[in-house]
Amino acid sequence: MPTILEVTNLKTRFNTPEGIIYAVNGISYHLKEGETLAMVGESGCGKSVSMMSILGLIPIPPGKIVSGSAVYWGKDLLQMSERELTLVRGKEIAMIFQDPMTSLNPVLTVKRQITESLQVHTGMKPQQAVERAGQLLEMVGIPDARRRLTAYPHQFSGGMRQRVMIAMALACNPSVLIADEPTTALDVTIQAQIVELVIRMRQQMSMAMIWITHDLGVVAGLAERVMVMYAGFIVEKASVDDLYEDPRHPYTLALLSALPRADRRREHRLKSIPGAPPNLLTEPKGCPFAPRCELAFERCRIENPALDMVAAGHEIACWVDVRTGESR
Amino acid sequence: MNDLAQSPEPLVVVDNLVKHFPITQGIIIQRTVGQVRAVDGVSFKIIKGETLGLVGESGCGKTTVGRTLLALYPLTSGRVTIDNREVHKARGHELLAIRRKAQMIFQDPYASLNPRWTVNSIVSEPLRVHGLMQNAKQRAERVVELLELVGLNARHINRFPHEFSGGQRQRIGTARALASEPLFIVCDEPISALDVSIQAQVVNLLEDLQDRFDLTYLFIAHDLSMVRHICDRVAVMYLGVIVELADRNDLYENPLHPYSQALLSAVPIPDPKKSRTRQRTILTGDVPSPINPPSGCRFHPRCPVAKEHCSELVPEWREIAPKHWVACHEV
Repeated sequence: MPTILEVTNLKTRFNTPEGIIYAVNGISYHLKEGETLAMVGESGCGKSVSMMSILGLIPIPPGKIVSGSAVYWGKDLLQMSERELTLVRGKEIAMIFQDPMTSLNPVLTVKRQITESLQVHTGMKPQQAVERAGQLLEMVGIPDARRRLTAYPHQFSGGMRQRVMIAMALACNPSVLIADEPTTALDVTIQAQIVELVIRMRQQMSMAMIWITHDLGVVAGLAERVMVMYAGFIVEKASVDDLYEDPRHPYTLALLSALPRADRRREHRLKSIPGAPPNLLTEPKGCPFAPRCELAFERCRIENPALDMVAAGHEIACWVDVRTGESR
Repeated sequence: MNDLAQSPEPLVVVDNLVKHFPITQGIIIQRTVGQVRAVDGVSFKIIKGETLGLVGESGCGKTTVGRTLLALYPLTSGRVTIDNREVHKARGHELLAIRRKAQMIFQDPYASLNPRWTVNSIVSEPLRVHGLMQNAKQRAERVVELLELVGLNARHINRFPHEFSGGQRQRIGTARALASEPLFIVCDEPISALDVSIQAQVVNLLEDLQDRFDLTYLFIAHDLSMVRHICDRVAVMYLGVIVELADRNDLYENPLHPYSQALLSAVPIPDPKKSRTRQRTILTGDVPSPINPPSGCRFHPRCPVAKEHCSELVPEWREIAPKHWVACHEV
């Protein structure tokens, strides 16, 4: 499969009264046509900021993209003018967000919000756009879809609102869908419905997808490849099976052991990770996970390891081999 | 109810707890136009030293149960006793005495601490309210002891809540709950606002404290994986009623109520191979409104195995196997 999006050495910072926030610190990855890539990490690790950076959604200032490129079908998104970017955003690359209540406009009907992008991007006539909007709502499983076109966002439940968001995102048949924690605000049974819907839509429309989440459980059920982020760095990249069966970065390993399992009997206490993620106000030096890492040694505190291949399709940024606890 | 319930005595007994919130209309003259039936007849017991989990989706009434049983809300009907004292009949000193023994840890570590108070004032407030220490010096010593107990640096005693991270704030809330030496703590989603790596820290702390002080917990949560880890027994709530109650392994390995089955099958499992082969029951539709809950079994409109009588008869709460209770016609 050809590569559809290639992000190289992306660095995003924010200037704040307290100092510079080092939000994204040089990440590189690629997305192949039709694949599902997951980006996993805890709050503040830079996963959303990195996505918003490549789509030009970072307010500048205070934000600043210090370096990097994001090549989409041969064109660098970071070099595009706002005008060019508008043609890509929503049409070629669509996004769904965590909180459907704040990402939908509360004073406009659902019809208006879906037809807007159709008219802007595809030049449909209003009549046609309304027709298509009805089809879209039906496709994402909203009961009585055509009648509900004239409803406002608050008249939908959380799960239904997320379906409306998905309908909006899919309106122009995008080739990439970026889903930023789309199920985090939802209950577990509704989350299962939405995950199933997104997987079905992705297959039907053969889109590529980047799924951003903190939930390692959800990722296991839907992604093909996974990237683990920590403090603005990608620390591990692997296929979904390798990541869960053979995690090689101490942070991934620690996260997986800190997770209780609903499908297993309790064997022991949870293994907790001491301390808290680093303050992003200081320029990173050494491995960002070193202060919390059981295996860290001298070199980890001085030199930040780059991503390095440890097996086919499996990369980690670590000086240590977690299987032996020795330096690699 | 079960072996444990007969001997020793349960610490907390909840008998047919009902809590309705009136819906009012009008500005000067308020008329009650309806009732939100948040909790509609819930009964359970908690044995001394155990952790009972209360799970369900948002709006099912689990937080209302927790708050009502500590008399933070007056109840509509029913009876709650904690340590052999009836909570909602108590007034004045007696109520104060119950509150001293029954505390709460809240969900949101940002909203549940007064931002203008120092850690010292927050943690020492229960000591002052209950008159537990002779003087200010003793109180200060006790606060230091409590902070160390929950793993906070005692040097931070004069800091304000905003200077702490989410996990640390939850530790402050825990220190406050422990200050009055309670027997029973309602933990209302204590970890759901925290990151994964911090959740394990707080859960381990709660377990250590339980061992050390022989605490009894009601652990309210929607994270079913964590509930299996921390709880001894688990109750599943749906729309204001408990539909199933069993020992954790019984419930997770052999759920009997169709709602429990659907809920458990929807829990994401961090194992790609297992996720691919797993049978899932995906429920259709949303949880109905508790203002006008469905007749008969409340789950019948979404239930994959509902029969005709499910919409007419309220299912009986029965013990289907030892210590395994369920309310369903089809089990």
